[in-house]
Amino acid sequence: MSATLETAVKEICQAYGNDRMRMMDIVRDVQAKLGCVDSQAMSLIASEVSAHRVEVESLVSFYAFLSTKPTGKVVIRLCDDIIDEMKGSKQVAEALKDELGIDFGETTADGLFSLEYTPCIGMCDQAPAALINDVVLPKLSGDIARAAVRTLRENPDPVMLVKDLGDGNNSHDLVRSAVNNNIRQKGEVIFADMDPGEGLKKALALSPAEVIREVKTSRLRGRGGAGFPCGMKWEFTRGAEGDQKYIICNADEGEPGTFKDRGILTEKPSLVFEGMAIGGYAIGADTGIVYLRAEYAYLRAFLENVLSEMRNNGLLGNNILGKEGFNFDIRIQMGAGAYICGEESALISSCEGLRGDPKNRPPFPAQKGYLQCPTSVNNVETLCCVARIMEKGSAWFSQTGSDGSTGTKLLSISGDCSRPGIYEAPFGITVKEMLELCGAVDAIAVQIGGASGQMICPDSYDDKICYDHIATGGSVMVFGPSRNILEVAAKFMEFFVEESCGYCTPCRVGNTLLLNGLEKIIAGKGEVADLAYLESLGESVKIASRCGLGQTSPNPVLTTLKNFRSSYEALLTEAVEGKQPTFDIKAALNDAETIIGRKSVHFKG
Amino acid sequence: MSDTFTLTIDGKEIQAKPGQTILQAAEDAGVYIPRLCAMKDLVPHGSCRVCTVMVNGRPQAACTQPAAAGMIVESETESVQAVRRDIVDMLFVEGNHFCMFCEKSGNCELQGMAYRFGITAPRFPFLFPDRDVDASHPDIFIDRNRCILCGRCVRASRDLDGKHVFEFVGRGHEKCVAVNAEARLADTDIDGNDKALDVCPVGALLRKRVGFSTPVGKRLYDHKPIGSDIEHAGQE
Repeated sequence: MSATLETAVKEICQAYGNDRMRMMDIVRDVQAKLGCVDSQAMSLIASEVSAHRVEVESLVSFYAFLSTKPTGKVVIRLCDDIIDEMKGSKQVAEALKDELGIDFGETTADGLFSLEYTPCIGMCDQAPAALINDVVLPKLSGDIARAAVRTLRENPDPVMLVKDLGDGNNSHDLVRSAVNNNIRQKGEVIFADMDPGEGLKKALALSPAEVIREVKTSRLRGRGGAGFPCGMKWEFTRGAEGDQKYIICNADEGEPGTFKDRGILTEKPSLVFEGMAIGGYAIGADTGIVYLRAEYAYLRAFLENVLSEMRNNGLLGNNILGKEGFNFDIRIQMGAGAYICGEESALISSCEGLRGDPKNRPPFPAQKGYLQCPTSVNNVETLCCVARIMEKGSAWFSQTGSDGSTGTKLLSISGDCSRPGIYEAPFGITVKEMLELCGAVDAIAVQIGGASGQMICPDSYDDKICYDHIATGGSVMVFGPSRNILEVAAKFMEFFVEESCGYCTPCRVGNTLLLNGLEKIIAGKGEVADLAYLESLGESVKIASRCGLGQTSPNPVLTTLKNFRSSYEALLTEAVEGKQPTFDIKAALNDAETIIGRKSVHFKG
Repeated sequence: MSDTFTLTIDGKEIQAKPGQTILQAAEDAGVYIPRLCAMKDLVPHGSCRVCTVMVNGRPQAACTQPAAAGMIVESETESVQAVRRDIVDMLFVEGNHFCMFCEKSGNCELQGMAYRFGITAPRFPFLFPDRDVDASHPDIFIDRNRCILCGRCVRASRDLDGKHVFEFVGRGHEKCVAVNAEARLADTDIDGNDKALDVCPVGALLRKRVGFSTPVGKRLYDHKPIGSDIEHAGQE
């Protein structure tokens, strides 16, 4: 490493106080500066922050957006989730490979371009999409991709590629993105107008215990998918031992097909931050952290600006809104490409400068979370609901929705429908109503709750979207008659194989086995017994896995086996006399015969 | 003993002390709960999941779940055992385990676990991964083909030896144990007296030149299944 680069790495470490807890920020900055975090950089960082070298390597090797080997000046990450594939990402991939002369996973000889695949980047409503460094290019085609590469050869600044700015704050000077909001239905809770600070002002007029009581009365449940009652979580965190407490906003929506928080962060960020301040007041925290997924880095400068405006307006900082002694501020922690970090304890690990492994529970984050302090992790949308509950009251809030599911829910709908986008709908909306809203006329299947959710068939279209029937963190993917449901399920399993952290056996190994079993059936090599095999294997993975990822990752297989069993059965072969019907002994012996140099004797029968 | 409390494992009432995990409390009572990543003197890891039990009807890892008064724990039920067998199976097919050539045979906890469960061949297809061997160190070698990612060496080196020679890198199916050097074990500060060398349940981290020193018939699990020592202690 040259002396200049060495100085640069040292300066980056110093900028974060040589604090190993800020390792995520350090390695992200080093990656941006050097194009990788190579062996020398890892050793240098380790000595600067007093860590072991292998600890730095442990972190760097965990996150998809970090690399130990040099990457191009421009990194093209093409989203290859199922929706993007349906909308033509394969053609885009071919065009990129052809234009760049490299395959995925490679870097051009001139060191200008690297080409990679990436799972869902939160743009399914404008797919196919890619990230060019931090810049989002939605609605790609082969031709657009080729043109983009040519432009970048002239000037490797991806910002040059953004011609038509998107709607709303996507056109803001600090965003300047081609992304469109596609907010197609606004409700009263999230997307209605609101006077800044109104909810916080009302909260501060109450005692923290009264704030928590109000949230409990509203029966607000977590919007990320798990549905834990927000008021109860805050009560636990407030009651937990410890002087220092934290509130963390989970802005790492990585569930395939989810992009609702993108809409909130673009159009209603101050509502989120206000919700965090209210939460801070309620639980007794003076610090909030927004964990922002790396895919949404294009919103960072804008969000930082919103935070500084709020500080200027007395909504963050010391003695907020004149409330003596209530100090609260927020920092943004960037992620680096790991779905598992949407799991709250993995998210906390990541904030602590560690690989994104979930933690053992107990203790729960409310008891011992970030830096071993009581911590409440809340979803972006949940925090917006809190601000609104404070503004308008719990009674107003719980008028909407159903008994166990109060308020509205943001749905991000994509796939085979004419109006993909974000819909704010009251809880209790039926699948059928939802499909009518988004213009899906011939859906044969709907995946609700993302890859970890469930694939439902038309028999269930009268069911309601709510915590007690069909629960969802917001992802809705619609599949029309031309789609192969088993291939969709395989795509989801591929996702889990890639995104499992690998900590526990059933998730690390079981997902691969499930995918292999499914692919065997798709290839026409399945037999009747394979269905029971997949079911029992899937159950073992669900039962024994350590966190929510493995506890739900078999769902693509299990729910399609339940609801689309005939699609499986159509591909199976009957076993005859205990022989595996699809076993080709000649093919199996082929390698050995080649080595030996002679054909083996084939017995009859 | 007023500070102890009672819980039930497979219908048997046992006493536990505050701060104990289910696994520890069971062990003290002579009830063996199968485990691979858990080990005395190491902080619980909760990764192998072989110790999965049902606690009041919900699955938990016995090695990390604190014992509590009145808990109803199911351990040796057919459904729990089926899950454990699947996990042991997974560990076999995930790596490259050739017991017949391995010097750990007979003393290997993974092999012992398979025998305890009556597994003669895995029901899952082998994955045959490409994995590295590191024989750079004069006295110690790592064969990652046999590693089950239990993290015992990581914890022992960090917490007992105060060194941090090992750590996990990569994620998912690419996760493996790396050493605290650019590439080679020889370039770390490990030495032959490190406690980390005595914790590997399989034949992944071994001393050189001592293989096959115990004759067949005198190895740890040649006569009694793994866990017998705990069950035997409970009968005394």
